Amino acid sequence: MSFADFLFWIVALWTGLSAVMVVVTQNIVRAALWLLFTLAGTAGLFFLLGADFVGAVQLLVYVGGILILLVFGVMLTAQGPFVNLRAGAGEWAVSIVVGLLLLGLLVSAFLMTDWRFLPAQPPDPAHSRYVNDLGLALLGSRDATPPGTLPGAPGPEPAERSRVAYLLPFEIVSVHLLVVLIGAAYLARARRRRGART
Amino acid sequence: MTSVGLQECLLVGAVLFVAGILCMVTKRNAIGILMGSELVLNGANVNFVAFAYFHDLFNIEGQIFALFTIVMAAAEAAIALAIVLNFYNNHVTVDVDAAEDLKG
Repeated sequence: MSFADFLFWIVALWTGLSAVMVVVTQNIVRAALWLLFTLAGTAGLFFLLGADFVGAVQLLVYVGGILILLVFGVMLTAQGPFVNLRAGAGEWAVSIVVGLLLLGLLVSAFLMTDWRFLPAQPPDPAHSRYVNDLGLALLGSRDATPPGTLPGAPGPEPAERSRVAYLLPFEIVSVHLLVVLIGAAYLARARRRRGART
Repeated sequence: MTSVGLQECLLVGAVLFVAGILCMVTKRNAIGILMGSELVLNGANVNFVAFAYFHDLFNIEGQIFALFTIVMAAAEAAIALAIVLNFYNNHVTVDVDAAEDLKG
């Protein structure tokens, strides 16, 4: 077992255990803390899988942004000290059974799939894509993706892979983000309750 | 022990996905449900990046789709928190079982 594999198992165990703890813990602030560990572990997995930019964005946006937003949400909607928000024991039992069944379904799905279209040898780090390739693809450069045939596609002859670029989805997602942020600011604006003293 | 391949990464993604689904099902706090949806999106992202790493043809697509998912998750978290705050203003609780105004 190489050192990279060792690291992968450490990070994978860390991520999975924290994800389970998010479900198990009852205190919402502790759940946010375990979610922080899960998101950081996922960023570590991205780094190990050669996606350094995606890992950095994960750290910036998730750990730095969304988690802070969640904690602010917890603080703004503070409950009284004796409010019980637990699900019942029967609901827990049913949901654990359903969750195990779902996990078994997913695991059996990827164990029974024929993965022979994947390259046999482990990927070469020299071929991994870096930030400038991602930037070229987002800018709509057509040289960003190599020509080739799609593996695993149904049909007699292999399907040609179209040379795609991502300028239009990038623009759409930017405008979408702007619209969503304006909508969120409108929805969450401070409203004076009727009859409240100012 | 064999070297780490695609299936191990898919296993991590599946665990994250199922944990997110369970979190959405068992939490009664609206913010807990939001955390569950973040876990589900993270599981999908792990799968995208794993496919990007293990096949040369997908290594732009996987990373770019993962980036789009992260942006979508940020937008979703912002709008959902705004809705939760509105819900709290109207009901003075974040228990989703209290959201029964549309019940006939």
